[in-house]
Amino acid sequence: MNVQEFIREQVTTHPIVLFMKGTPQFPQCGFSAAVVQVLKQSGVTQVAAMNVLESDELRQGIKEYSNWPTIPQLYINGEFVGGCDIVKEMFENGELQQMLADAGVAGEA
Amino acid sequence: MNTIDELKRRLEALTPISIDIVDESALHARHPGARAGGGHYRLTIVSERFRGAGRVARHRMVFDAVGDLMQGRIHALPMNALTPEEAGKPTNKESR
Repeated sequence: MNVQEFIREQVTTHPIVLFMKGTPQFPQCGFSAAVVQVLKQSGVTQVAAMNVLESDELRQGIKEYSNWPTIPQLYINGEFVGGCDIVKEMFENGELQQMLADAGVAGEA
Repeated sequence: MNTIDELKRRLEALTPISIDIVDESALHARHPGARAGGGHYRLTIVSERFRGAGRVARHRMVFDAVGDLMQGRIHALPMNALTPEEAGKPTNKESR
């Protein structure tokens, strides 16, 4: 399985996937930490978190997969949602919570 | 050319009404996620081109314009990509 196939499998078999630097417990980047925080505040309890610092292949591969040059990257039900700015903005105006509810992956925060 | 000037030059492709770039590299120096180097720049850009485009599409337009700077000199580019109305600026078309 190449890295693109691996990524496709991850984002299609887990409802919420976050490609990030570090782990949800120990984020290694402020932008990644911010997305983890927003997901928690949205009532998300199950996130498949992929630490790109553990694999240069994954770190490059995810940028190619989404044609998006930065990390973190959030996927909900296989769909690329955005990076830190977008996720935060969607949280602030309630769109993220709605999207999570529509996807059936989070209760009310 | 320094990175901010180069960034501005490339963003001209989006015919911006205004561009504001803040170098935040110092805030992020030495953190583990930034070990590959590259600067952090916070961008606010206002352009008619963003009209009708969603958030992801707007960011992609910016990333496309910035091109390979994202692979080296720029590590992070948090941004606000706004239409003139969203930015509260008069548009070119506006007449009084």
